[in-house]
Amino acid sequence: MTQAISTDTVEPLPLAEGVQGIVADWSSDQRAFKNVPWGKAMMWIFLLSDTFIFSSFLISYMTVRMSTTVPWPNPSEVFALTLFGKSIPLILIAIMTFILISSSGTMAMAVKFGYEKNKRMTFVLLLITAALGATFVGMQAFEWSKLIHEGVRPWGNPMGAAQFGSAFFMITGFHGTHVSIGVIFLVIVAIKVLRGDLDHQRPGFLTGRKGSYEIVETMGLYWHFVDLVWVFIFALFYLW
Amino acid sequence: MAHAQGQQHPIGIYLKIWGLLFVLSTASYLVDYFHFQGYLRWFLIVVFMLLKAGLIVAVFMHMMWERLALMYAIVVPTLLLMVLLGIGALEADYTFFTRSVFFVKGLL
Repeated sequence: MTQAISTDTVEPLPLAEGVQGIVADWSSDQRAFKNVPWGKAMMWIFLLSDTFIFSSFLISYMTVRMSTTVPWPNPSEVFALTLFGKSIPLILIAIMTFILISSSGTMAMAVKFGYEKNKRMTFVLLLITAALGATFVGMQAFEWSKLIHEGVRPWGNPMGAAQFGSAFFMITGFHGTHVSIGVIFLVIVAIKVLRGDLDHQRPGFLTGRKGSYEIVETMGLYWHFVDLVWVFIFALFYLW
Repeated sequence: MAHAQGQQHPIGIYLKIWGLLFVLSTASYLVDYFHFQGYLRWFLIVVFMLLKAGLIVAVFMHMMWERLALMYAIVVPTLLLMVLLGIGALEADYTFFTRSVFFVKGLL
């Protein structure tokens, strides 16, 4: 995109005085992120901070796993399921991975149809994305209850190093919370699309800005990020 | 693309990337299924992980079509995490060493 997008911040604002003037001068002088809607740039900044949160979790998990002298439980066996009388390693986690990747695919297509103002397809794809996300959370709840049933606790477990439980519940719990919040917002955005809020530029709650299909892309950024974090959790926690 | 606002790309690229992510996920699952161990496992897992992450950020999140100012603002700070990773690894090595010396009889 080389063409500049018109926004509602181009006309000069009256200069403020005093402390307000300081704030206004510092914040309004230059727009750093051109060609990008304001909400999208802010979503990226939020995702950057979220990246640091998840990285802190994963790096501290690495630190406790490297420093323990007790053997780490083998994730391949801990997360195995017995299907059709055969024990298959990590199968539940693999299915969860495919579900989340599929939801990312449908989300990307929802963004595309949103910009084409195809209300029906956008709504359907957003709902499919939300349904896949809810399925993912359901499978995670199943996995949690299975592990709790087997005696895994944040302070210890029968399979090995005590840190396994705390790292597992902390990392997957925080990720699952992100997915759950994402599902709620996907449903909200889907309803807004179906009602035609975005076509008629109705402002959403908590904002005076006009509604537009850009919010579908901003929602998409969050959802792809959730998938992105799972890529790292899958590799570093389950496959290591 | 005429008078396009925001990010508009043909649907084919999303479907191709979706397929590629499925292939990469299957590959990383097979690393575990076939019990690869040691440096080979480490290498394969990290390569598949970074490829998947790159594809999601570049195509699904449209980063490859954004201006450099936004790309650098997001990607460069992330690289700082390598420092935290290094500190964590050093600290873990040291803790493991002292635990081995003082708590585990006969490990060293």
